[in-house]
Amino acid sequence: MSDWGMQKAALNERLAAGRRLAAGKVVPIPKLPEFLKAVLRTGDRVCLEGDNQKQADILASALADLEPADVSDLHMVQSGVVLPAHLDVFEKGIARRLDFSYSGPQSARIARMLFGRRIELGAVHTYLELFARYFIDLTPNVALIAAVSADKDGNLYTGPNTEDTPTVVEATSYKNGLVVAQVTEIVDKVPRVDIPGDLVHFVVEAGKPFYVEPLFTRDPAAITETQILTAMLAIKGIYAPYGVRRLNHGIGFNTAAIELLLPTYGERLGLKGKICTHFALNPHPTLIPAIESGWVEQVHCFGSEVGMEDYVAARPDIFFTGPDGSLRSNRAFCQTAGLYACDMFIGSTLQIDLEGHSSTVTTNRIAGFGGAPNMGSDPRGRRHPSEPWLKAGAEAAPETAAALRRGRKLVVQIGETFGDRNVPLFVERLDALELARELNLDLAPVMVYSDDVTHIVTEEGIANLLLCRNKDEREQAIRGVAGYTDIGRARDPKMLEQLRQRGVITRPEDLGIDPLDADRRLLAARSIKDLMLASGALYRPPSRFRNW
Amino acid sequence: MTAATANRSSLSWYEASARQRLEALVDAGSFNEFIGPELREMSPHLSIFDLPEQFDDGIVIGRGRLDGQPVLVAAQEGRFMGGAFGEVHGAKLTGLLRAARRLKQDVLILFDTGGVRLQEANAGELAIAEIMRAVIEARRPGVRVIGLIGGRAGCYGGGSLIAGTCSTLIVSEQGRISVSGPEVIETNKGIEEFDSRDRAFVWRTMGGKHRYLLGGADIFVDDEASAFRHAAIQALKSKGRCDLGLLEAEQQRLERRLQRFGEASDAVGIWQAIGVDNSEEIPGLPTREFLRRAADKREHAHDAR
Amino acid sequence: MEKLSFKLNAPTSAGGTRALAIVGVVASGNLEVLLERTSPANVCTIDIATAAHGFGAVWEAVVRDFVARRAAGGLRISINDGGARPDTVALRLAQGVRLIEEREA
Repeated sequence: MSDWGMQKAALNERLAAGRRLAAGKVVPIPKLPEFLKAVLRTGDRVCLEGDNQKQADILASALADLEPADVSDLHMVQSGVVLPAHLDVFEKGIARRLDFSYSGPQSARIARMLFGRRIELGAVHTYLELFARYFIDLTPNVALIAAVSADKDGNLYTGPNTEDTPTVVEATSYKNGLVVAQVTEIVDKVPRVDIPGDLVHFVVEAGKPFYVEPLFTRDPAAITETQILTAMLAIKGIYAPYGVRRLNHGIGFNTAAIELLLPTYGERLGLKGKICTHFALNPHPTLIPAIESGWVEQVHCFGSEVGMEDYVAARPDIFFTGPDGSLRSNRAFCQTAGLYACDMFIGSTLQIDLEGHSSTVTTNRIAGFGGAPNMGSDPRGRRHPSEPWLKAGAEAAPETAAALRRGRKLVVQIGETFGDRNVPLFVERLDALELARELNLDLAPVMVYSDDVTHIVTEEGIANLLLCRNKDEREQAIRGVAGYTDIGRARDPKMLEQLRQRGVITRPEDLGIDPLDADRRLLAARSIKDLMLASGALYRPPSRFRNW
Repeated sequence: MTAATANRSSLSWYEASARQRLEALVDAGSFNEFIGPELREMSPHLSIFDLPEQFDDGIVIGRGRLDGQPVLVAAQEGRFMGGAFGEVHGAKLTGLLRAARRLKQDVLILFDTGGVRLQEANAGELAIAEIMRAVIEARRPGVRVIGLIGGRAGCYGGGSLIAGTCSTLIVSEQGRISVSGPEVIETNKGIEEFDSRDRAFVWRTMGGKHRYLLGGADIFVDDEASAFRHAAIQALKSKGRCDLGLLEAEQQRLERRLQRFGEASDAVGIWQAIGVDNSEEIPGLPTREFLRRAADKREHAHDAR
Repeated sequence: MEKLSFKLNAPTSAGGTRALAIVGVVASGNLEVLLERTSPANVCTIDIATAAHGFGAVWEAVVRDFVARRAAGGLRISINDGGARPDTVALRLAQGVRLIEEREA
């Protein structure tokens, strides 16, 4: 007998066990615990969605309710460690090993559990990197996924928050794995087929929508004058001279300020049509004014954003929507787009050292990587030219012959010199190094490496690291925008003056910007309500953002 | 599509500081501050708690002109200690109101307060009582005391009690008026009774639109300094009256209100009861449409102020 | 509260005629700055009451830069600080000078 059908045989066994508790593909909620015991095997590699935004919360709770006697030693492979249940499974001994990408909401607890050796860590990845391994060496045996609705044949509608699901199902189902979906409801006909029923083995009707958080909403009321100043510097000092049309904004108040300055400050500078026309971006509410005033041609989304569904559906010329009219997001493709089809990434971080490495890890919080290292890296496999890419490449390697000189993606770190609770952004030594030592990691968790970052923008100005010729210049350029932090105050003023002459350091006044001009009245919308009005009342902000 | 331009001339009342509101409210250049920051009349208590002080103790008082007419003004700074009343803060307002009675000048109070400072509780509560008395004593001979409510801190606790003694209240959608705050209600009565994180619910219960519909506020305006100014000018055109008859009418108004609406669990039910069409749409309506729908349906003060 | 005091040479005097100006609010991450035109023309005194302890060196750096870059002569500056960042402090000081130099109505 051939050994080549072992996985298929194993799948059939799970299917048989599961079908005893199901009516066709549908597993009733009361039978869920027994069902999971029947279809899971000790040592399984399980992908529990676990996306950046949506969570298969019913399935996660049911998994966490099992006992180690039922199933143990699971290897969890998931994008996001978001719900308490995602860590409860380790606490209880049901799961042993973890490979993941993002753990923002659980950053404190996961740090404690890793230090306490309650979790065996495979590795922390970027989203795209983890997806890639789903197809090579981290292929799930079982995928527990979240969808909006299903029909009785298992065709799934994942809707605006499609996110990781097609990727997870592709890797699992086509490699003899079992796919179980939680859905809000089972319907006669799904609005559109995001996942074909052939690939889905069982469906659980949760009776309520899956858990999802508004992660990408930034209240314009909270944007400070300093953040507006950094936004003005970025627009005039980087977006304009490089002509950045295709880009990704990491989430944060600085980038939210940039989005809200386009229709006003950007307009005044005559930049419409010349910058910010194509985005790899979630549907940020703060992008609404720019879209409405004609700045944006197209946006591809990683996921959705709570409250933006109707607005997106009403703008099919801008967003990707299905025949049913609702958003179709796709994290794997959007991450790929951000990597290869964008000329700039700009985002914030918690710590930057003197070489330019940046990290969001602190000694008691591990948030993982998410998509930033992917977006914030120079894709050496890129071949097609663009103006910003070539210009950056020329700045980085002026001696190289043009025809052999690859371009560079602009990777910009933007932030205030002092962050929350007046903690300095610039440090001598990243906390990430301490973490690596404690957990015996091969690598310190660095978000953006020094050889990828091209610019740093603070309220003090812009450091163009592409123009630095050696380590000393790089260090002084970083000190030169580090303001009144210890790092900044230890600068060499003479060297800084030279760097400024060469344009390595640009101060606001060099761009004709007076910090006093950074006024909240420059924002195209100053409140969540303004955003709602700008959308023609299509944007429905979640309750927590309302003041009316 | 909406055009987005830098808003140079408009000033959001909600966002503005106390001083910015005053500057936008009174006639240009007419404001004169009493007991200004350079006199450094600060709280004598905050240093005991190692808390920072503000030179004006969080309230700016003085005189100005409103459309040519002399007025006395007081503006609370909602971002300093939540705009809460302390000894000096309260005394400044008490003194202003006593001056109003002496001078027979109308008063505009720009409320933005969470109530009384915990650190100065006794002095603060006393101040609230003194201020309420001073309002009534000023109103008796016909002085108008007009409250303007639309800031971040709302008008809570003792501040709302003072607002209850004013002759006219001008409120914006963002403004909130209530004695107890959302968190306090939730803590004491449970989350089923009041979920303080359901902000839409908070605004339906305490916010400007509801207060206006319920007759608890008299003029409803946009979140715009120019709108507040215009409303204040209008408010000064009405006659000021404060006698026993008025207080009795106010008592009756409140008793009737409780009788008619006391059982409602949500403001939408009250709006329905008073005959507003499609009342669930009220929170989302822009000002003009809101006023149109409210026009002949809203509860009035009926000479009860 | 920590109290700090600086008396510095200020090469440029503040223009205008206003006797005083005030900017900012005492709140978390914010500060108020009171400017009075009561110092000698080429002197600037800055008195600070701050909730955040141990940042004397940073205040000194900010204040020295301010006096070197802006027209601060003749001013007595008093600050109540609620734990603002240095860039916010620099901004308020600059806003204060701009306000005191504004033409009187």
